[in-house]
Formats: sequence, C-alpha cells, structure tokens
Amino acid sequence: MKCSEFLKELTNYLDGALDARTKSELDDHLAWCHNCYVVCDTTRKTIEIYRDSELYELPDDLRVRLRSAIMSKCCSGHKKSDPPSS
Amino acid sequence: MSTIQPNIEQPVSEEMALVRRAKRGDDQAFEELVRRYDRNVFRIAQHITQNREDAEDVVQEAFLKAYGNLAKFQEQSKFYTWLVRIAVNEALMKLRRRKPERTVSLDEEVKTEDDSLPREVADWSPNPEQMYNQSELRDILTRTIQGLPTGFRTVFVLRDVEGLSTEETAQALELSIPAVKSRLLRARLQLRERLSRFFQKRASGDGDQ
Repeated sequence: MKCSEFLKELTNYLDGALDARTKSELDDHLAWCHNCYVVCDTTRKTIEIYRDSELYELPDDLRVRLRSAIMSKCCSGHKKSDPPSS
Repeated sequence: MSTIQPNIEQPVSEEMALVRRAKRGDDQAFEELVRRYDRNVFRIAQHITQNREDAEDVVQEAFLKAYGNLAKFQEQSKFYTWLVRIAVNEALMKLRRRKPERTVSLDEEVKTEDDSLPREVADWSPNPEQMYNQSELRDILTRTIQGLPTGFRTVFVLRDVEGLSTEETAQALELSIPAVKSRLLRARLQLRERLSRFFQKRASGDGDQ
C-alpha cells in the first residue's frame, strides 16, 4: 500500500468504517510507515482536541436571555393564559 | 490505533415525543427542545459566522423557523438534524451578508493542488495540552479553524465537534455522502497540518506568532 492510498482511507480508518480486510492492510502499512503513523496519530489528536476544547460555549446568562426571547415570540401567537390587561 | 466515534447519541423516540407534543401546541415541549439543542446551535452558528452577535441571531431565528415550520417536519430524520439544517442555512445567510465580496457556499471549490498531502510529519510532543494553558489553546484552535474554507469548516464542526454521523451531516448540509467524506478528510488534514506547524514552532522554541 502506498502512503497516498493510506491517506485516502484515513477518515474511514479513524471512524472505524472499514471492513476487516482493508483495516488490516492499513494496520500493516502503519506498522512500518512512521510518517503515516504520525499523520494518523496527530489527525486523531486534532479531532479530539477540537471535540474537547469547549470552543464557543453558550454562557448561562445569554442562554436564558435567548431562550426567553425565543419562547416569548413562539408563544405570542397562541397564549392561553395571558394575564388580563389592566 | 483507536478510532473516533461520534459523541452524541440522542434517543430518537424521546425527541420525537417532544416534537409531537410541540406540534400539538405544547410550548413546554418546544422549550425542552430549545434547552436540548441551543448550545449546539450556538456553537455551529458561531463556527460558521465567526461572529458572536450573528450566532445569537442565528439561534433565535433557527428556533423560530423550526417552530413556525413544525407542521412541515415530516419526521423522516431526527429533529436535531432538521434543526441543524435550518441553522446552517441561517448562518450561511448571515455570513454572505457580512462578506458579500466573497462567495460563501458549501459547494465552493477550494484549491485542489494536493492541499491535503501532509508536509509536516513530526509528532506533537509534548501534547499541546501540556504546552499551553486553556485560554492560549482555545485561541490557537479558534484561529486555526477560522482559516478553513466555510465548506470544510462546517463539515468538520458537524461531524467531529457535534458528533453527527456522516449520513446526518449529509442530510443537514444537503450534500452527498462522498462529498461529506471528501470534505471531512481535507478539513481534518488541513487542521492537522496547521496545528502541527504551530505546535512544532512552540516545541522548537520559536514561539513568536
């Protein structure tokens, strides 16, 4: 297997979406090709670091404000229990 | 080597029960759907628009649109996938308005000259988490992903950050499965390449940016 062939299958390999035979071919390639091993390993780390990074978390106060705005607009069409207007 | 698995698995039946209650006019059920997914929609929107105010607008507009169109939701997919599709479209519209000089499309053709072939193959050692504090690392990750073309960034965020399956990502973005896989591969490799250069710079003592 050439490195370019390995690379084409990298996403399927990392996602565990390969049949046993193809996976074994890729494993064999990784066993002797250090460059592909490093690419594979650091790509996996790239995914994990983004997944665990908590970028753009919605702060609690903003979350409450947004939800309240959404629900007030949603409910305005058919409120059943509006307080009587004075 | 271990494999990467999506990290979100919502029980469809519970979600669909809420959707059906919401369709019958139960606003508490809809509010529960908002609670479930507002953080996800916000993250996706901010990744696409790269702007906090736009992301806030997208959250509101996406949920309001979903609410207004609930009757049209055919329940052929998860509600979340349908919601993501609405949110992505809203976010892309915001981005187009903000950057009218650039074509913003999920189908944009990005340069094809072997842009995914790795150049830097040195390992990351020590791990980035050990080299940077949390805030420095977030800054690096934010700037790095913002440099990706919109089409790649969106696929990466849905698939790898939000944990949608390949099929769900394809549904949400109205792309074919091969297109999602191709963009995902290139997005992952480009991010890896960019982060590698950065981390190696720091590791070799050349930390200036």
